[in-house]
Amino acid sequence: MSQVFLGMPAHSSPGVGALRGDQTFPQAARTALADPQLRRNLGHATGTIRAKRLAVVSELDDWEQLRLAGQAIKAATMARLDDHLARLEQEVTARGGTVHWARDAVEANRIITELVQATGADEVVKVKSMVTQEIGLNEALEQAGIAAWETDLAELIVQLGHDTPSHILVPAIHRNRSEIREIFLREMPGVDPDLTDEPRRLAMAARSHLRRKFLSAKVAVSGANFAVAETGTLVVVESEGNGRMCLTLPDTLITVMGIEKLVPTWTDLEVFLQLLPRSSTGERMNPYTSMWTGVSPGDGPQDFHLVLLDNGRTAVLADEVGREALHCIRCSACLNVCPVYERAGGHAYGSVYPGPIGAVLTPQLTGVEQNASLPYASTLCGACFDACPVRIDIPSILVHLRARHVEEYAAEHRLPSAESLAMGAAAWVMSSARRFGFVTRTARLGRVLGRRRGRIRSLPPPASAWTATRDVPLPPTETFREWWLRTRGES
Amino acid sequence: MRVALFVTCLADTLFPQVGQAMVALLERLGHQVDFPAAQTCCGQMHINTGYQRQALPLVEHFTETFEGYDAVVAPSGSCVGSVRHQHAAIARRHGRADLADRSHALAAKTFELSEFLVDVLGTTDVGAYFPHRVTYHPTCHSLRMLRVDDKPLRLLRAVRGMTLVELPDADQCCGFGGTFALKNADTSTAMLADKMRHVLATKAETVTAGDSSCLMHIGGGLSRLQTGVRTLHLAEILASVETLHAPAGAS
Ligand code: SF4
Repeated sequence: MSQVFLGMPAHSSPGVGALRGDQTFPQAARTALADPQLRRNLGHATGTIRAKRLAVVSELDDWEQLRLAGQAIKAATMARLDDHLARLEQEVTARGGTVHWARDAVEANRIITELVQATGADEVVKVKSMVTQEIGLNEALEQAGIAAWETDLAELIVQLGHDTPSHILVPAIHRNRSEIREIFLREMPGVDPDLTDEPRRLAMAARSHLRRKFLSAKVAVSGANFAVAETGTLVVVESEGNGRMCLTLPDTLITVMGIEKLVPTWTDLEVFLQLLPRSSTGERMNPYTSMWTGVSPGDGPQDFHLVLLDNGRTAVLADEVGREALHCIRCSACLNVCPVYERAGGHAYGSVYPGPIGAVLTPQLTGVEQNASLPYASTLCGACFDACPVRIDIPSILVHLRARHVEEYAAEHRLPSAESLAMGAAAWVMSSARRFGFVTRTARLGRVLGRRRGRIRSLPPPASAWTATRDVPLPPTETFREWWLRTRGES
Repeated sequence: MRVALFVTCLADTLFPQVGQAMVALLERLGHQVDFPAAQTCCGQMHINTGYQRQALPLVEHFTETFEGYDAVVAPSGSCVGSVRHQHAAIARRHGRADLADRSHALAAKTFELSEFLVDVLGTTDVGAYFPHRVTYHPTCHSLRMLRVDDKPLRLLRAVRGMTLVELPDADQCCGFGGTFALKNADTSTAMLADKMRHVLATKAETVTAGDSSCLMHIGGGLSRLQTGVRTLHLAEILASVETLHAPAGAS
């Protein structure tokens, strides 16, 4: 029975796991910006995939209608998420699967560890596992003496490099070929010492390494792109086929999925299977779409478990504006078009969910104060909204979360921040034309700062953040208001 | 038609020549503009930084100042974007349904310069003359909040004497983003560096856009690097005529 109290979000606990960095966004971004190789890798990769996505999206004349349909289905699904989840549980159970409910990362890790231990296995193969990154499953399994092998090529590179993913779809986007070769030579047991950085050779090395794992593993852990409530069917969409190996070869399959990932019906799924590959990899259709429904005697895993994870999601659902972030189908299109992501890289976001969607989802999962710099990690340029296949209005959610941050900060601190004092003063000045006119006239005093050069090259903090790299124009001798009064008189 | 000019707080204070160019241009086209002296600021900076409660009086003040006019025109895609997409929502969220309705009605008659010229006045040739090499940066809010499309370009293409050159990666943000430029100064600077690289690649003498704030950012960087490339608001180019070789209002 459900232990997640949907519809009572006031009692939901915040998400825990790999959702926080130890630095703020501006601090972490500075490190990334200082690495020219990283910036080249990111600029090249996002540029290529942006062009591919645009090309395949423009092939469909009903793209906008598809986006609207995707948005509408998601909104309707979220409005009755509790009913749909109950249906999913019922259908999975009826077809021989077992459903588990996990309130947060700690509970999910405990459930999965116990399930693996019950099989007697000391290793698992893994696929499609953003959510297991979120809960830190690999680390939890390792503590219990269970080795977890990533089988997605990019995730394998990240794992062997003792690194963390920096992109939703291309977790190793920050690595180039020669770096990957180094990692393989260093970390892959039995690898050919003459390995070159030719993509084909790298793929072959990974393939023989993974084959050994597939053939020995008794347990697999997967994520899921979708779950269809009406039949209890799980769906994984991928490009390499390694996922299919994981989903079919082992005896036991454990799937862990965020509660927002379900769609009510197969007709709904049809819309998302059109939206996802084009937005994500820029392909018309992905090479492998695997679906399974409970267990089938004599075919595939004979023991199937579905772990449904909350980890802060019901708290997101409680926010009328912010809940739209749960519509995300993790296509990564918003990352690839985001100018901030392209410069700062995924690690700057400090969470497994980077980029624009991370900037709105992560602070909601953890509570805004736990990730207060993320809603500000955007210029609000709006490119993410245009790219999003389900039309999530990320800029508006960012603005909303900034307001939540300001209000929560004010409620928790007796003394206002310097910024809020300045904003309060500015609002006071700007709500009266007389006060505003007075202040703008005094701005002219700033002319002394740049008298000789005709521009201002340095200002005290916090404006020094601007003048470190940018000049400020000299205030004019006459404001517009004064000019109007002088030449036209009172209006 | 009673047309009000919302000059924006930034242009009023730092770029009065932009407001003067708006007046010159609209009067040349035979329209009277009024400058309601009570105007201050649309509140966008407060809203986008998270200070919605403080922005509420600004939204109310803006609505009171301008709702009596038939049309409001402003030299800023982002301020018009704020009026059109934020004012009513913020009033409603703070329990001011009355104000929300009034803001909503006002938003429908508030226009950015290129929208006003092309959609309201129905003109693309405003009789301007500007014999220089120019490149145009479509600011993010004009592009994605207002969807001005190619209206500014249609106006620019009709300017006599001008060589209009395409800006590479034009739709990429310049990195200004209001307080983003201060809160994330390093990332902002990295974005600006790419924007400037593209501007310099066009060999244009002038960069233009429909928003003084983005131009202040791009211009601040170009000036620091002593590139000699200048920034001019779209209004200043459109106001410029043959007898007046310098842009209108430039002193
Ligand atoms: S927010 Fe939209 S664009 Fe970004 S990953 Fe999610 S679905 Fe894709």
